[in-house]
Amino acid sequence: MSAQSGGRLAVDPVHASGSGPIVRLIGLEKYYGTNHVLRGCLLEVMPRETICVLGRSGSGKTTLLKCINFLEEPTVGSVEVDGIRVEANPLHPRSREHAEKIRQIRLRAQMLFQEFNLFPHMRVIDNVIEAPMRVRHLARAEAVEVGEKYLAKVGLLEQRDEFPARLSGGQKQRVAIARALAMEPKVLLFDEPTSALDPSLVGEVLNVMEELAHEGTTMIVVTHEMDFAREAADRVLFMEEGVFIEEGPPEQVLDSPKNPLTQVFLERFLTEGRIRRTRPGEEAPAPLPPPIGHTV
Amino acid sequence: MAALAAAGKVDLAFIRAQAPIILAAAPLTIFISIVSISIAVVFAVLGSLGRISRSAPIYALATLYVSLVRGTPLIVQILFVYLALPQFGIVLPALQTGILALAFNYGAYMTEIFRAGIQAVPRGQLDAAHALGMTDRDTLRRIVLPQALRIVTPAIGNEFIAMIKDSALVSIVGVQEMLFFARIIGSQKFRSFETFMIAALVYWILTMTFSFFQEALERRLAESDRRI
Repeated sequence: MSAQSGGRLAVDPVHASGSGPIVRLIGLEKYYGTNHVLRGCLLEVMPRETICVLGRSGSGKTTLLKCINFLEEPTVGSVEVDGIRVEANPLHPRSREHAEKIRQIRLRAQMLFQEFNLFPHMRVIDNVIEAPMRVRHLARAEAVEVGEKYLAKVGLLEQRDEFPARLSGGQKQRVAIARALAMEPKVLLFDEPTSALDPSLVGEVLNVMEELAHEGTTMIVVTHEMDFAREAADRVLFMEEGVFIEEGPPEQVLDSPKNPLTQVFLERFLTEGRIRRTRPGEEAPAPLPPPIGHTV
Repeated sequence: MAALAAAGKVDLAFIRAQAPIILAAAPLTIFISIVSISIAVVFAVLGSLGRISRSAPIYALATLYVSLVRGTPLIVQILFVYLALPQFGIVLPALQTGILALAFNYGAYMTEIFRAGIQAVPRGQLDAAHALGMTDRDTLRRIVLPQALRIVTPAIGNEFIAMIKDSALVSIVGVQEMLFFARIIGSQKFRSFETFMIAALVYWILTMTFSFFQEALERRLAESDRRI
């Protein structure tokens, strides 16, 4: 089921862990019905690398991220995280073995959502320790220790006994980051983590993310925050119609893009200040709009 | 009441003498209601999981259960368990009959309440739990059901109040709960007005007391929603 598309595909299936890429996507394609959202994505992310994925709404960025941890099952291709490789197999019910591999990938690739998705019925600390206890099987005391460490890291230790409803959006996203970090993952996947935030709260979240990036956390960040990409990314990828059309260091992609589509996107972004915000669920099922000349 | 007593229509001495007997049966009414609603919740959780199941036979079974039970009168179900099942060698005492029939019946109504509650939990909650690596079972037990339970608490409270009243129906198979005594004593002494008044008053007090606790519970469950 692993049809492979694209050029540099004869990748060595085995790699010495530590030296090779931590995330490797090979020929990833995704259809929603007849809508071809991902059209053969190749991506290798090295340990300690921070990459930003830019692109218009509907270009497939969120779908790409959700295919990495199988919140969406890719139609074709394979995902490898930290040496664990899963082939897309959407037509069959998941076998026990397949499901377990997916779970192992999820443990290593933690995702942050646009809408935070904290558990509203649990206090902050319980949000953070739930998965370490259930999934990593830490004892409660140990999980609390880990949880408090990461809450302190995002500056929210004082809020440990609050319910999420009492936090601001920025605080919620920081708790979500602490919750993901408490799983001690190999890579963090950010799906437009600041898009749902009040502009005045964006900074506190980006600060935490920048700190993580500078500490060498491996991160794949889908974002519209150009300043963050410039400041924190080692590499920027520009996505259009389900493929990466440009890739390079931030200065190069952001300041002197080669691809005309990237140029158009960035120009419009600079003139409008901010492109249209993607609502949850909107990006995925919406039919792909014509390549250019469409915003609002 | 006082006017009726003065006119000789209501026998206050009779009430004083008989009320304790009827009141003594109130604990059984409460017992039947609590046990039945507890078992009904189990039926309802299983039923609602069946109603959202991707497995066709399980979905069909749960749908049949809801349809069948909601489509027939409770009193028929009670009599069926008591009088028809013995033909197949299943003989249940009156009390067990009443509890089983009430639980089975209310389980079906509450199945639909639970199903709606489970489906009202936002999709993002499932995504977040799965993304954290939680199994389907843990996701359901730790993330979905607690939130669903909070959503359905008011509706379940209403079901419980209805259950307290419907528990009177089990007197038809001879369970000696409140209505049973009210009926027997009333007709023996030709004082049904008095005995039914007593029974009605007790049902009313029971449901009002429960409503009070229900509100307290809802306030407690809403704690995590409070912003200040």
